[in-house]
Order: sequence, then structure tokens, then C-alpha cells
Amino acid sequence: MSDIVVKVENLGKQYKIGSTIDRSPTLRDAIVRAAQRPMRRLRGEARPSKETIWAMRGISFEVKRGQVLGVIGRNGAGKSTLLKVLSQITEPTEGYARITGRVGSLLEVGTGFNQELTGRENIFLNGAILGMKRREILKKFDEIVDFSGVEKFIDTPVKRYSSGMYLRLAFSVAAHLEPEILVVDEVLAVGDADFQRKCLGKMSDVASEGRTVLFVSHNMSAVLRLTDSAIVLERGKLVYDAPTQEAVEFYMSSGYSQTSERKWTPEEIPSSAAPFRPIALRVVNPRGQTTDLVRSIEPLTVEVEYELDAPIQGLRVGVYLLTIRGDWVFTSFDTDSAEQYNQFATREAGRYVSRCQIPADFFNESQYVLGINASSYRIKRYFQEEHALTFSIDSMGAPGKQWPEVRLGTIRPRLNWKIEEQAR
Amino acid sequence: MSNSTLIESQPRASEETLVLKPTKGWISLNLKDLWRYRELVYFLVWRDILVRYKQTLLGAAWAIFQPLMQMVIFNFLFGNMANIATGEIPRPIFTFSALLPWNLFSKAIIDASNSLVANRNMITKVYFPRLVVPLSSVLSGVVDFLIAFVILVGMMVYYQVAVPVTVWLVPALILLALTLALGVGLWFSAWNLHYRDVRYLIPFLSQFWMLASPIAYPLSEIPAQWQTLYMLNPMVGVVEGFRWALLGGGDLPQTALLISVGISLAVLIAGLYYFRRMERTFADTV
Repeated sequence: MSDIVVKVENLGKQYKIGSTIDRSPTLRDAIVRAAQRPMRRLRGEARPSKETIWAMRGISFEVKRGQVLGVIGRNGAGKSTLLKVLSQITEPTEGYARITGRVGSLLEVGTGFNQELTGRENIFLNGAILGMKRREILKKFDEIVDFSGVEKFIDTPVKRYSSGMYLRLAFSVAAHLEPEILVVDEVLAVGDADFQRKCLGKMSDVASEGRTVLFVSHNMSAVLRLTDSAIVLERGKLVYDAPTQEAVEFYMSSGYSQTSERKWTPEEIPSSAAPFRPIALRVVNPRGQTTDLVRSIEPLTVEVEYELDAPIQGLRVGVYLLTIRGDWVFTSFDTDSAEQYNQFATREAGRYVSRCQIPADFFNESQYVLGINASSYRIKRYFQEEHALTFSIDSMGAPGKQWPEVRLGTIRPRLNWKIEEQAR
Repeated sequence: MSNSTLIESQPRASEETLVLKPTKGWISLNLKDLWRYRELVYFLVWRDILVRYKQTLLGAAWAIFQPLMQMVIFNFLFGNMANIATGEIPRPIFTFSALLPWNLFSKAIIDASNSLVANRNMITKVYFPRLVVPLSSVLSGVVDFLIAFVILVGMMVYYQVAVPVTVWLVPALILLALTLALGVGLWFSAWNLHYRDVRYLIPFLSQFWMLASPIAYPLSEIPAQWQTLYMLNPMVGVVEGFRWALLGGGDLPQTALLISVGISLAVLIAGLYYFRRMERTFADTV
């Protein structure tokens, strides 16, 4: 059947862990190891076993011509690995994928952009990197500039651009790529809301032109809007393949809200996180119970438990809060206050709990997603997981409950209204 | 579904089927794919040149200044101190004409070796034949060479050196230097990705290699019994050949050139296969 343009059969990708991610190996290490090998063999020791991890395994699905397929799953579920294999960046370890037609992949916008070059020069460079021919770029040049809205600065080096302008230009080049099959990863998660809307618009144009698209996103509303069907990945396995509406419901009900506590097993923590080691993230009610259902009229406590294997300077451990549809509510760090920041300028090795309280009468009735981030500003991001756990808010007793209507909005504060009668 | 049968039996040019599966052992060079991405080579060379001349204050002046300073130092060391004869060729031209192909070569191997690491964000995000990266960094050094070449022509006019008929061999010798540089660069760029201390090895190697090449002294200074061994350095043929083609004097350094061509091609072909073999893990290693 030539109508199947992407056929993925039992695809798997295995990574070695520890060896390359942690620290670049040096030639010296390799020589030392090679020298030790005969000695070890004499002593009858086994070869040091390499630790490996299957980032995905046994993935099979098909995409028809003109179909727009969503790929959803938590961080580390194997989505990016799948896209990397399909865009020919890395080879699968087992299985195969058969793709008919020219593939264009957008795993990032602005790949290869050079700060020193002007907007005009970067359009050509980036276009060529994405696989466009010079003639093709020339033909679309005006269109690209027009879409980006940076005409005035097109001959200015991009290092002088604001980050918004930079992203707009980068996306514009990408948006004018015209492959038969387009593979897109999370690129829409950047930029301001206005620009995101414009990108989504462009994406739906692409989709309606009958081109085949594989679209990965955390933004459930974008997935719902743009894709016909979706696959759900979980821990490297394909667990669900259905029309989008169904898949999103499955994902929201199962993948997310299983537990009220997210615990990290050692295999789940990338070695790049060291010396930071997350242990658990949990939501606790005022009675000290770990729970995934909190009443909106009660305060709730968010706890991050972690261990430091070595002291870290300027560490900040914090949480993201998102709605279930992927919209951001807030980001907050344990050293946000200047005092706390100075007191914990260096955090010694040891086991910690960072705890904060979200006040009562804050949330509206809905499901929320908590993520965690541990980083030193401008130095290193040790660990990040945007979708670590979900919890639900029950609004019984919340302000305005006397009316059984749905209140719009992410938050539902108890505001201090005064009604004054004005003297006539 | 007559339409689909039509497509199946006569695939359009763009409707090629791509099969992604694990590969093992030695694989084909896939030069067809490289040809398809020839414009990317052009754009990367163009980028390297633009960025280099935009970033440095003196721009093109560096391309002239560096070999000139090297020449002055070498003349002092080998001429005034060691007193090594250069035959009928004036010493400044003798040294400068050898520094040109040498600098082209050494810059090319250093840049090519670092090229994969320097372009790692591209490698992890977009597909293109990885060969494009070291290839374009080797080619981007040609501009520096051309700038310095203009100075050499000026010097030849000043010293009234007659240009021999062999001058048409110059482009061929440059091609030979680039071939060798790409060959060496392919090996080092792949190693550099796996072992980050290779980066520190290369400048050292390059310096040692320079002293082992007939830049500040002629091949004839090497004792006869060592000459064959000495000529196993493929840059001997390139440097001697370049000097001979441009300035004349003496015979064609035939043996050195033949050895050089042979070794360069062997290094390049082996390098291409090695690079292709290592290529599949590049994105995972970076």
C-alpha cells in the first residue's frame, strides 16, 4: 500500500548510560583501560559491563499520507528518541522504519544560527541546514522575512535581536520548509503567546494542505487542535494508538494522575543531574497526608525531597505549576527570597526537603500538573521534569459555590469585596 | 485505487523510500547523499569565512601577518643561526612559498578535527551527511591561502623570480594538500568526538609535523640514507613540489610526490570509511 508513508516496525533504541553523558571520556582513559584489559583477563575478571537503557522499544505504528499524527507522553517516555530516529539523526538499535518521501525535521528552531551573521545571512544558512536548496530559499525569501516581521533588522547581526525577534525569524525559516513529511518536536513551546498562536496557525495550514505531519507536544490543546490521531508513549513503549480525543483522554487519566507522589528510581535520573539526586515530589494536605485530591479552601504543601552528593553553589530547587492543558500558572524557587538565597549560597552535601505552601483559596476546580527544576542560574540545570505529577482540586466550599455554574479561570481567589452604598 | 498503483510502480524522484534500520560493520560511503547536500557545503564554507572576517579586528590581515612572521622567525633560525643554504632561491621566498601550503594544511587539519564538536548542535538536531562538516572546514581555509598567495606573488615580483612553466601544477598540489588534510581531519574529527583530549594533541602534532617537513630547509639537507624514510611524510612531496612548481630550480621531486599522492589517497579513503562507520554514533556521543 503506497498510502502508508511511514511504517514503523518494532523500533527500538538503546543508549549506553553513564559512560558518555556523565563526562567526556578521554583518550587517556581509553589507553589505561586497554592496558588493564590483559591483566583483568589474567585474573579472570569479567569485562566491566556497560549499563544500557532502552529509550524506546517495540514501537510499531503506521502513518497514512496526509495524516497528522500526534505523539504524546511524559518526559523521558521516548518521544524525542522516536523523532530522532525518524529524522535520521540517530540509528535505531533494532527494528526498522520505512519512510516514503522527503522528510523534514524540526527538532529545534534556529539550528545552526550564527550570532555574528545578519538575519538575511542566517536565513540562507539555516535554510540550507534544514535541507532547502539555494533556489528554493531565494524564491521564498520575501515570504520568510514577511512572516517573521523583522524586515527592518534583516541586515543586522542576530546577536542584536531580542529573543522574541530571534525566535520569530528562526521559526519563519522552518515554517517555509516544504517536505512531504514533516516531523515537529515541541518547537511551539517557545516564544510569547502571540507568536505561539501564529505558529499554531501556520501548523494548521500545513496540516490542511494535506501534508503528513508527526507532531510532538506537551500542549494538549495544540495536539487536539492539529492532529487527527495520536499515539501515547510511556516508558519507551507505545501504550495507546487512537483518534486524538480518545488518546488525550487516555493520557490525561492514566499517565498523569496515578499517584500523588512522584518517586525517582536511580535509572530514571540522568547522570547529568549529578550531584543533584531527586528522591520524591509530593503534594501534602494540612493533615500531613500525601494526596492527589486537595480541597481548594485548604492550603496545600508541595515537598521536594532530594539528596546532594556534593555541595552545589547557588542551587535553587523549585516547582512549575501547569494546568492539565499545558498552560503555565507559575514557577517558584526555594531561594527566591534574597535572605534565603544568601543563607544557602552554597548548599552542602546531604539530604534535604524543600517545602512550600500554596495558600488556601488559590486554585479553581481542575487538574494541575507539577514539575520540578533544580538549577544554578546561568551555570547548570541539574534536573528538570515538567510533568512530574498531577493532582486535582475540589472546590467544595469555594467562593461563589452557591451558584452551581462552572467558573472560568485557572485560579479562584477569595477576594475581599466591599459593597458601599453611595450617598445620592 | 488506480492512482496509488501508478505511484507505486513509478515513484517520483522525491518519492524515494528510505529505510532506517541498524547497520553493522563497514557501510557504503553514500557519496550520492553528499552530492545532494553540496549546497550545504557551500553555505558552511561561506559561513566560516564570513564569521572569521567579521569577528576579527584585522580580518584578512591575519592571513598575511601570520605566515610573514613565521617566515621572519624561520629565516633567523635557519638562515642566520644554522646557516642552511637554500640554493639559488632567495631565502624569504624559499621559506614563504613552503609556509603557504603548510599553513593551508595545518589550519585544515586543526579546523576539521574540531569541526564535529564545534557543530554539535547541528548534528543532534538535523540530518545531513556528516561528511559535510569536516569537508567544509577544510575548504574554508582556501581563502586564507589565496590572500597569502597574493603576497607571495608580490615577493616574487620584488625578487624578480621568473615563473617556470610548471606553475600550472600549483592547483594540483593544493588539491593534494587538501586531500591529505581531509583524510587526516576525518580520523581526528571522529576521535575528537569520542575522546576530548584529542583536541590538545593536534596542535602538538601539527608543530612536530611542521618541523619534519622541508619548510625552512631543503630536502637536500637530509642525509641521503635518511631521505626515503623522511619522504614517508606525505607533506614532503607537497611542500617540495609546490616550491618546485612555483619557483623552479632542480628536478621534479618525483619520488616524494608519488609517495605523497599514494599516502594521501590511502589516508583519505580509509578515513572516509572510518568516518562513515563512526558516524552512526555521533549524535549519541556528542
